[in-house]
Amino acid sequence: MIFKISTPLPKDIPLELPLPEWLLVTLLVVSFLAHIVFINLMLGGSILTLWAQIKGLKNKDYDSYAHEIAKTITVNKSMAVVLGVAPLLSINTLYTVYFYSANALTGFAWIMIIPLVTIAFLLTYLHKYTWHSLESAKRIHISIMAVAVGIFLIIPLIFLTNVNLMMFPEKWGTVKGFMDALTLPNVFPRYFEFLGACLTITGIFTVGYSNRKNYKIEKIYKTFTRYTLKKLGYKVAFVGVGLQLFFGIIVLFTLPAKGLGFDVLGSMLSAGVVLFFVAFYIWKSMISEESKIDAHYKKIIIFILTFLLIYGGSRQMYRHNALHPHQKLMAYKTKEFQKLSEDARLHPVLETVAIDTTLGEYAIGSSLFKKNCSSCHKEKEKLVGPPMTEMVTIYKNNPEGLKKWINAPGKKRPDYPQMPGFASLSDEDLSELAKYILSIQK
Amino acid sequence: MFHLDWLNNRFLIAVIAILHVLINHGLAVGFIPYITWLEYKGLKKSTSDQITDLKWDHFVYKKMKVAFIITTTIGAMTGVGIWFSASLVSPSSIASLIRVFYWAWFIEWLVFVTEVVLILIYFLTWKSSNNSLSAKMRHIRFGWFLAIFSWITMAIIVAILGFMMDPGNWNNHHSLLNGFTNPIYLPQLMFRTPTAMLVAGVFGMLLGTIFGVKDKELRKRSVKYSAIWIFIWAPISLIGAVIYWNVLPEAMVENMSTAVGTMQFQEYYDVLRWVILIAISFVLVIAGIGIMRPGKVKMWMVIIPCFFVFGFLGIFERVREFIRKPYVIGGYMYSNLLREEDYPLYKKEGILKHATYASTHEVTDANKIQAGRDVFMLTCSRCHTTKGINSITYVFERMYGEGKPLDIASVAGYIPNMHVGRTYMPPFPGNEKELDALAHFIKSLQTTGESLEGVQTKGLQVNSINSVEEFNK
Repeated sequence: MIFKISTPLPKDIPLELPLPEWLLVTLLVVSFLAHIVFINLMLGGSILTLWAQIKGLKNKDYDSYAHEIAKTITVNKSMAVVLGVAPLLSINTLYTVYFYSANALTGFAWIMIIPLVTIAFLLTYLHKYTWHSLESAKRIHISIMAVAVGIFLIIPLIFLTNVNLMMFPEKWGTVKGFMDALTLPNVFPRYFEFLGACLTITGIFTVGYSNRKNYKIEKIYKTFTRYTLKKLGYKVAFVGVGLQLFFGIIVLFTLPAKGLGFDVLGSMLSAGVVLFFVAFYIWKSMISEESKIDAHYKKIIIFILTFLLIYGGSRQMYRHNALHPHQKLMAYKTKEFQKLSEDARLHPVLETVAIDTTLGEYAIGSSLFKKNCSSCHKEKEKLVGPPMTEMVTIYKNNPEGLKKWINAPGKKRPDYPQMPGFASLSDEDLSELAKYILSIQK
Repeated sequence: MFHLDWLNNRFLIAVIAILHVLINHGLAVGFIPYITWLEYKGLKKSTSDQITDLKWDHFVYKKMKVAFIITTTIGAMTGVGIWFSASLVSPSSIASLIRVFYWAWFIEWLVFVTEVVLILIYFLTWKSSNNSLSAKMRHIRFGWFLAIFSWITMAIIVAILGFMMDPGNWNNHHSLLNGFTNPIYLPQLMFRTPTAMLVAGVFGMLLGTIFGVKDKELRKRSVKYSAIWIFIWAPISLIGAVIYWNVLPEAMVENMSTAVGTMQFQEYYDVLRWVILIAISFVLVIAGIGIMRPGKVKMWMVIIPCFFVFGFLGIFERVREFIRKPYVIGGYMYSNLLREEDYPLYKKEGILKHATYASTHEVTDANKIQAGRDVFMLTCSRCHTTKGINSITYVFERMYGEGKPLDIASVAGYIPNMHVGRTYMPPFPGNEKELDALAHFIKSLQTTGESLEGVQTKGLQVNSINSVEEFNK
């Protein structure tokens, strides 16, 4: 037999979308961006904390810096989780079959997200609340964060694999498990690009965080000033934006041609240009002197937001292009199936329990027995329930009693399971059935 | 299809969902008013030269900290986990529900986001509110406000769940209003509210005995307040439970095509009655000791009632889940994720022909076992495993004798009629040949002990007649 892999053509859920498609798409993109910003802050913050705390083994101020960042992680992670629900709902609604198929194919990894993230969250709390009590065991304390960061680094891979796999139904027949799906092109370049974004967003966030008026810097740090903190933030962001630009280019070249078009290319390139401006102003701020360090802050934020919108939009365009032809086929297929189903409803196959007319007056009762009783009762032997010959003994001249029992049985025999009642049978059916049962010869 | 062959698919959702309910009810809905009340007690009982009794305030804060950490980690993630697990185990049903209830969930989500923000604020401003009396009073008021808010979140989600369970209405009109008006909505709320308070009180008492190991005075005070709290809510919870318990069969009767109590339901139902009585009396005993002799209550004494109230809430959830059967969406979709209205087609042409993923589309003499395996995956695997929890061989052997070889004709004779006697089972959807193949497969399981792998490990096989290539021809 020739082993041929074909592209599945599933049926869609035969229910209308709850909203017009464009509105759902908008909700998906916007709510996803809100979610991902907090994810960036959570993951970027964790990486930064770990790095600063290790550096803090030699310079106490870095340790204080790590503590300050650590305090924000647990808040950002709570926001990230709740804000994740809306995009999850939206993608479930819009790309139901595609998303769920990818989920199922990577099922084990997919469900492991829940316990893994829970553990990582608990570790971040443990890390935060043992800062002083583990002062003397710094290395143990740092390794708590290291484990949390390790877990946090795995999770995006699972998500990226899923949103990637869902766009390629032609691969579904070949993928065997998560590790296999991970090797699809474009997962890793996007992953590193995402890590870059985490650093950029976190860096810019810490600049703003250090710039708060009532933030008592001199109480927390020995030598660090507001200027050092802001400069540090810009440095982190610059590393991040560098990663983003570098891997962004790789992403563009490794994108499977399937969903590419001038629209996608155009918007990805313009996103790249905006990102270049972000990098430029971050660099300028990074090397500027104290009095001018805030000069570009607002510009940077506006450029970042613009970048997010354009880039998020371009990803959605790509997804749309990649899936649209398949979606159209699926819509046909779904309609076709519904029509077949309707035809079958109008012309169903008739029940095949034949009435054996040679049995004469017991014919109906016998067929009712076959349908309703025979899976548990035999005529002369015990099966699940007692043999029918015993019923003949008990109800010999009492068909009404037998009817009552079948309709709503009690429990008499301790060594037999309880019999379910048959209230679905009409009185007439019950009479026929009783007539048949009582006719059974020992 | 995703499939867990040992643990059973339903089990995955059940564990995640019940854990979520326990945390949400016990540590959020019930805990916030409990904590706010204790915080207020600290303010009231403080001497005139302080804002609040700081030692007590810190003690209460520690309790809140535990609840805060658990709700924002395990609580939040199990909430998301319900979506994740449903997408694996029950994709068609959750997909149908989400298409209809998108708005309801979206609103619920907005309310939920607000709730999380409020909890963050409440917890994170606790320490700084101790700086002035007015700030402390504002903080306590904020606590009461938050308590009301999290109760509203629960009231909405119960309505959404209630509607999903509402028999028959799915096919008529999908409006959320039905969720609020369905017969078990109010009883559910009347049960859930005091029970959430009760669970919070017992859990809070447990925490008090842990944190107060060294300080006897604090422990005594905490035990006493918790005991009073429990004493107020336990009887109300009992009344709520009894009302809910009484309406359950009614909801079940409406849900089932034929109005018979099933054996399994009866079992659950009986167990439930005992759980109610034992849990409440245990809790009342410990609360009684707590009021009379607060110093005597130690940690180990509270652990048992604590387990009981958690179990109390858990088993109610289990029973509520059970009454949906044989449907997953009342009157529309069976537990096997097949729509009732497509049944005639499956009976006529077979289920394999219309499956997107199957190794074959027709049963022949040569591929009987293999086709039977596909039929099993398509029609039974949502609830049954091949050799784990609720395995198919176990259910048949329970009827026909443990360890005895199954008779193919009996199995094949039983399956098409099983829904008549066992009303929680959906009818078998396939045609005659598929039935025969399934029976052969089930029988073969007895000797091979084979375990069925889901797509998450084995990948999937596209049914060649339902592929893009075939369609394009």
